[in-house]
Amino acid sequence: MALLLSMVFMLLARAWPLLQITGLRFFTTLEWNPVTEEYGAAAFIYGTIVSSLLAVLIATPVSVGVALFLTEVVRGPFAKVIGFLIEMLAAVPSVVYGLWGIFVLAPFIREKIQIPVGSKFGEFFLFQGPPLGVGMLSAGIILAIMITPTITTICREVFHAISRNQREAALAIGSTRWEMMRISVLSSSRTGILGALILGLGRAMGETMAVTMVIGNRNDISFSLFAPAQTMSSIIANEYNEAQGTSHLAALAAIGFALFFVSLAINIAARFIILRVTGRSK
Amino acid sequence: MRSFLFRKLKDRFMHVLMFLLAIVAIFPLASVFIYVFQQGWPALSFDFLTHDPTPVGEVGGGFANALMGSVILVAIGAAIGIPWGVSCGLYLSEYPRTKMAYVLRFTTDVMTGIPSIVVGLFVYSFVVMTMKGFSALAGGISLAIIMIPSIARTTEEILKLVPDHIREAGLALGLPRWKVIIHIVLRGSLGGVVTGLMLSIARAAGETAPLLFTAFNNRFFSTSLTEPIASLPVQIYSYAISPFADWHQQAWAGALVLVLFVFVMNLTTRIILVKRSQGHD
Repeated sequence: MALLLSMVFMLLARAWPLLQITGLRFFTTLEWNPVTEEYGAAAFIYGTIVSSLLAVLIATPVSVGVALFLTEVVRGPFAKVIGFLIEMLAAVPSVVYGLWGIFVLAPFIREKIQIPVGSKFGEFFLFQGPPLGVGMLSAGIILAIMITPTITTICREVFHAISRNQREAALAIGSTRWEMMRISVLSSSRTGILGALILGLGRAMGETMAVTMVIGNRNDISFSLFAPAQTMSSIIANEYNEAQGTSHLAALAAIGFALFFVSLAINIAARFIILRVTGRSK
Repeated sequence: MRSFLFRKLKDRFMHVLMFLLAIVAIFPLASVFIYVFQQGWPALSFDFLTHDPTPVGEVGGGFANALMGSVILVAIGAAIGIPWGVSCGLYLSEYPRTKMAYVLRFTTDVMTGIPSIVVGLFVYSFVVMTMKGFSALAGGISLAIIMIPSIARTTEEILKLVPDHIREAGLALGLPRWKVIIHIVLRGSLGGVVTGLMLSIARAAGETAPLLFTAFNNRFFSTSLTEPIASLPVQIYSYAISPFADWHQQAWAGALVLVLFVFVMNLTTRIILVKRSQGHD
């Protein structure tokens, strides 16, 4: 029923960026200067990777903890309410997160985190730079909030897939509830949790609006957490409509293609892992 | 052998930690809601809902163009996406073992993971460039592309819940296969399918990135399909990053409208699902 066009969609999505003429050096150069027509995507690749990794780093303990909480600790209506709230986290549109990020999160980070930490540890490479509020840290936090429901849902499924016998066996030999969780649930779900994390990573890399609004929009690499940055999706969102000249557009399209390709690879890998663990795809 | 007390303390500690983590997870949701209501409510007025934007600095002005635009865009997206998605879902649930089904399932899974901005790029190169301009049509098409995979998946899941013997009963009565599918299987699961559709619509209403270079934006009220058109999320975005305080106010109010819409849709689907499961036993 006219659905093979979906395949065509994917194949044709590659056709456009083939206007690029720069070659592989594109991905390692730092320069991004539309005026002199020098384009290098290194800063954005760095931005995307670091912000997404940061997000996964922050989101993992929270998501896994909440998933454990929902499957092992609470029962019935309480679990339903909390589960619903977690899903509402996923339902909030990303512009709203971005709006909240600009006016609530960024000032909070600036006042409560960047200024105190900057004055004491300002020399440490992770905390260098002026307290702007927007930057890598804010982006990482907002992305973490956005991918938490994804990781939590998958982890819940993975934990559900473990048979009761495992849990009862651990309890029968005298473990406390936490030890039971550690022994029967967590250690057998390692692969599944990994799949959930990778899926979350994929989502974080593709996220555009909320990141664009809090990342600070600076086309450079800096190792500080407080520094403003730019991701692949935010540079496209920012510059596409005002791009002059075909080479600027082509460069942006090439970034889009790279983004597409990378999130595709990550999503396929994640689903493959999850499929093997739960026996069905999600 | 660890002392029992130590293990017990660790157990208590972990329980408390998990509870705290749940609070940490929910906290941003509460914060977002509180701020959206707090900041957006004062700016929400009848004017806001019925007037177009005024030049900066002038009092009044609203989001009417954006609201109408979102309605039109989502309507186009739904008009394209719902038939396409539902038929994909139907196919997947009724003929699950064919080669085509595996390919289709793989493709839809892949499509759910495509970043929305890439969808916008794709529609730009095929629709905007051919039409030589931004348009509501292009925006609607990109929303449809985003909606199709999720509609297909949820439809498939709901239809798979229909037990096989119902299909067999239909076939045993002599109905052709297609009638069994449409009249019996689909009719019976309409509630579930509709909730899936509502969730996809709620999601599409909040999408911004694909609209940035397809529908673009429009300062005026427009219902034309071949002109650029405003939309709620895009307007919120452009107001939010502007340097004007009253525009920020309006951005919050727009966000309030959006969040209320999404929340109501989600709550409604929950209620429908609960009613269905209660009535079915």
